[in-house]
Amino acid sequence: MPSTDTPHVLTGAHFIDGDHAAAEGALAAGANFAAGYPITPSTEVVERLAARFPSTGGVFIQMEDELAASIAIQGAVWGGAKAITVTSGPGFSLMMEHLGYGVMTETPFVLVNVQRGGPSTGLPTMPAQADIMQAKWGSHGDYEIIALAPSSPQECFDFAIKCFNLSEKYRVPVLLMMDECVGHMLERVVIPEPDAINIHPRHMTQKPFGAEYKPYSTDECGNGCMIPPMTKVGMGHYPHVTGLTHDDRGYPSMTVAAQNNLMRRLTNKIKQNVDDIIMIEETDTENADVIVMSYGISSRVCHPAIVRARKEGLRVGFIRLITVWPFPEQRIRELAESVEAFVVVEMNLGQMVREVERCACGKASVHLVGHTGGGVHDPEDILAAMREAVE
Amino acid sequence: MSNDTNTDVLVAETGLEEVVEAHPTMDWLREERMPHIWCPGCGVGTSVNCFTRAVEDSGLKREDITIVSGIGCTGRVAGYLRLDSFHTTHGRAIAFATGLKLAHPKTTVVVYSGDGDLFAIGGNHFIHAARRNVDMTVICVNNFNYGMTGGQLAPTTPEFYAASTAPYGSTELPFNLPYLAQSCGAVYVARWTVFHVRQLQKAIKEAILKTGFTFVEVLSPCPTLFVRRNKLGGSLAVLQDYKERSVVKNGLDAREVDLLPDQPIICGKFVDTDRQNYIRTAVEQMQQKLGDRYRIPDTWQDVLS
Repeated sequence: MPSTDTPHVLTGAHFIDGDHAAAEGALAAGANFAAGYPITPSTEVVERLAARFPSTGGVFIQMEDELAASIAIQGAVWGGAKAITVTSGPGFSLMMEHLGYGVMTETPFVLVNVQRGGPSTGLPTMPAQADIMQAKWGSHGDYEIIALAPSSPQECFDFAIKCFNLSEKYRVPVLLMMDECVGHMLERVVIPEPDAINIHPRHMTQKPFGAEYKPYSTDECGNGCMIPPMTKVGMGHYPHVTGLTHDDRGYPSMTVAAQNNLMRRLTNKIKQNVDDIIMIEETDTENADVIVMSYGISSRVCHPAIVRARKEGLRVGFIRLITVWPFPEQRIRELAESVEAFVVVEMNLGQMVREVERCACGKASVHLVGHTGGGVHDPEDILAAMREAVE
Repeated sequence: MSNDTNTDVLVAETGLEEVVEAHPTMDWLREERMPHIWCPGCGVGTSVNCFTRAVEDSGLKREDITIVSGIGCTGRVAGYLRLDSFHTTHGRAIAFATGLKLAHPKTTVVVYSGDGDLFAIGGNHFIHAARRNVDMTVICVNNFNYGMTGGQLAPTTPEFYAASTAPYGSTELPFNLPYLAQSCGAVYVARWTVFHVRQLQKAIKEAILKTGFTFVEVLSPCPTLFVRRNKLGGSLAVLQDYKERSVVKNGLDAREVDLLPDQPIICGKFVDTDRQNYIRTAVEQMQQKLGDRYRIPDTWQDVLS
């Protein structure tokens, strides 16, 4: 039975789909504000939040479009909330400007993208993994982002919590890159006791009311720290928050030096913490001739193919990306020294394969098993690619 | 900082009986950010002066006011005010403000932006926030064109008037902003010009103290672009024109207040009504539907008592 004291955590075993599990993950992480706009196949996430928030003290509002949803949540965060928005396909494109605003203003929030086939309206009810590069490059300008790819409803729950924690820790928007398949797949989801859920609290400034406070100064957070402590409205700190290039007071500063300082810090706070951020799952990579790399739903389709390949005597390793961004560059470079080939399995016509090619640097061959979306891969295609890779 | 000796010197030099060394509402401004970016003769600064006097007069505490702007010349207002201040994305100030208000309703939210930002790219958010009756005040400085980007056509540019992207004159019907606000359900709608500084100050005070979605349109010259391009004779001539052409008609149906060349500029308070705001409506309905299972958001308690 769920505890009555913490109705936001539905402790127990459930048979739910990934969309509902992601909503429960957000609740368990302490999210108390959501703004959304209906779009298939992500709508169930906001529907569940709309149903659940009134009994957990949260606020849900359906906004007039995705632009509004993705900025309303940022207003809510500066009002002290923990906030999430959810979208898919065309809605993800519309949210790109505000992803950049979140990066620039260091506003922590979680953006769930239940990927569907594209471009344009594409395949609203069917899966794809073709927004993976958009997640990294879709907003204009240089930026670093964190994105996680769940492969099951359980992971939709677990990773939603991880997304919130990373977002608070690094003051950056974090993307939960689901897809229609995991979004609508029904599986067992176990929700732990509230005490067993690790929550990374927002790091708030300790400056007293009315004291001088620089919203983008890292002075308060110690030597080498790149993440300034936050504030919220009503604290007597009077922060100025802008999407313009700004100095540590938050004031616009249109200079080469200000841009350089800000961009370096915003990107380095992620780049220099990749060891803490990156999560990958590796099996049998040490003595492999060929390594299959995949993420999200596609990673599950690899398993039957890998089992058969091993029966045929192929030495196959497997890497599953949990964080798709930042990319585990260093690890792929290391493995490229010892393996013959990488086989990249993804539901698009070649996106993360470019990262693997870049890191393999010609030392191992790289083979794409692409798919235009709408359904998962045929394991036969993955098996064929493995055979070809070691020939 | 006042300094008697300096004051004495200034009084002696200027022959004035009193010299004020600092702006009387400097306390509300981020002095370290001066000088501001607005052109000489621009009305945005005048409107900010009215705003700071209005908030001072309102009795609200500094920490209980949040200012949110979009992008553009008026969009820079937030950055000059010593308040919790947010300079958001183009057109989205109201959507940002909606989220902020619902997360922290104790704060009085003022959206301060221009006509292009609020009614072209941001028009959708304006109509929906008014419809929902989210408790906020929207102040629109209407200078009839896009100032920041060089005087392009706005949804407020009067027909036949030129803009850089309408070099032969606008061929579009402009918005009647008070009518738009009224028709979408705003509970307070007023229009003044930057000539009417006392009335504007009073209207802003009324709007921010009133619960619900309130709207104040402020007509302003854009001396560098709209005024110059349309040969309107400079800001002083425009203010003179505001003075001569304006007629105060409080309570007039806002559909009657179109701005037309050579016709009276109708100013005043057109709407001042009451309608239950978003938060109260939500709380009542949830209590009715969910009973004991409903948990009012903690931060909402501040505005329900």
